[in-house]
Amino acid sequence: MILLKRGAEADLYFMEWYGLNVVIKRRVSKAYRVSPLDLEIRRFRTVHEAQLIHSAKAAGVPTPAIYSVNPNDMEIIMSYIDGQIVKEVLDVIDEDARLQICRKIGNLISKLHTSGIIHGDLTTSNMVLTRTGEVSLIDFGLGDFSGELEERGVDLLLAKRALYSTHINSAEKCFKALCEAYEDEVGEKEALAVFKRVKEIERRGRYVPER
Amino acid sequence: MQKKNETICLGIESTAHTLGVGIASSRGIILADANAKYIPPLGRGIHPREAAQHHSNFSSIVLKQAIENSGIDVDQIDAVAFSVGPGLGPVLRTGATMARCLALLLHKPLVPVHHAVGHIEIASLVTRADDPLVVLVSGGHTTITAYAAGYWRICGETEDITLGNLLDVFSRKAHLPKAGGLAVEEYARGGSLFLSLPYVVKGNDVSYSGLLSASLRKLDEGVKLEDLCFSLQEVAFSMLVEATERALVHTGKKGVLLAGGVAANKRLQEMLRIMIESHDATFYLVPEKYSGDCGAQIAWAGLLSFQSGVEVKVEESFVKPKWRLSEVKIPWRNGGSTK
Repeated sequence: MILLKRGAEADLYFMEWYGLNVVIKRRVSKAYRVSPLDLEIRRFRTVHEAQLIHSAKAAGVPTPAIYSVNPNDMEIIMSYIDGQIVKEVLDVIDEDARLQICRKIGNLISKLHTSGIIHGDLTTSNMVLTRTGEVSLIDFGLGDFSGELEERGVDLLLAKRALYSTHINSAEKCFKALCEAYEDEVGEKEALAVFKRVKEIERRGRYVPER
Repeated sequence: MQKKNETICLGIESTAHTLGVGIASSRGIILADANAKYIPPLGRGIHPREAAQHHSNFSSIVLKQAIENSGIDVDQIDAVAFSVGPGLGPVLRTGATMARCLALLLHKPLVPVHHAVGHIEIASLVTRADDPLVVLVSGGHTTITAYAAGYWRICGETEDITLGNLLDVFSRKAHLPKAGGLAVEEYARGGSLFLSLPYVVKGNDVSYSGLLSASLRKLDEGVKLEDLCFSLQEVAFSMLVEATERALVHTGKKGVLLAGGVAANKRLQEMLRIMIESHDATFYLVPEKYSGDCGAQIAWAGLLSFQSGVEVKVEESFVKPKWRLSEVKIPWRNGGSTK
């Protein structure tokens, strides 16, 4: 077993498992949390994430294949996606390629939302560019099943925030491309309602001058 | 005694309950930090007009005290800084009026300072934190931020009320004998039964309004107050620590600086320390003296601003009650460090 990454809430291990390349996502106990809360959060998210990943696949969104879910050890075994993390590639490729990736991301988000799935943590660290040039979404740990406008708005806003905080120089164009692709899939009426909500949520934040 | 090439900045803090006058030297020393705090009657929040009146009444006393404590002559002051925002309008205008008068009287430049930048810079000065991820928790802010390319970038924040606000309102509604987070902290130490309360983390953001409503409902149900304070703190802080952990992993910073009034909470300190050390990062904690609002924070941030050429004309020195941290240009930090 090779430790791939110590994430914020889980350890990711790579191993060969019955001839398959798999990732074991283990939600580790957090020493800073009291144990009833710690158990509640880890157990809920382990089961919930597996369900969300599975449903995302049905919505046509590339995600890892789930091989095993173990709520007692707070562990998911899933397929290893061979590729590069979008966060690492986005700033080192030319603009056409960059915007094309952003359009793909927008398309995937729209597919999730149309199927009542909220990703919950749309940073570019949670997107993998595969060798075939597809974008695959990972880490649904903060996701939810919801068709609410509010939840879709928060989801898009988090994507926007992630772009603006990590890809400072290209964020504006990237988010625009993402939104265009989103609109192409869900339709103008739906998209405008979500975009309007994104603005509303932003204004709800602290110390926003236009409020 | 003023040394050659030394720059001295006087700063006025006046955003909420505290009127502060600080004096900072370019040697990296706080020469004076005089403060007067408006304390509303128990069970009530800050009344903006009453706070402004309080600050106005105390303005000359606090100013005189700061200058006396610093041991400098007023003509040694090179610049006058003031908190432009964010904060309560009437209160901001009181401090701004003081600052304008002083700047005109001394014929010295007026320097605008963002209140949160003040918190971050004074904390960076005294802890010597170098390019940290900053967790700013106070009555006005609950923000996880990192410096990059000229600005403080917001990594995560509250989507509704702040942590300080949550604790203040809860303590008032629960009729705790003291106001604010300190009383909740004291009661929490006597609690042991964990009550389930809404835990809301959205990416790197948190949301506390649902937690407040649910806690007030539990209060009405008559659960043991100590258990409720304990659970409220555990849930509220766990949310913040989780969001901070995400931001820490995402940004790859090597240290975390905790600043702002709520930084004084021992349990929050403990939880953050455990998380931060598990990532082999360094925990920088602002000392209690400089965690709450104070004049020194404005004086020091004002000094850094002034040295970078930030000034405002008196006739253009409007207060900004809704000034957002991420909109403030930070010319003195280079690659995340002040050095």
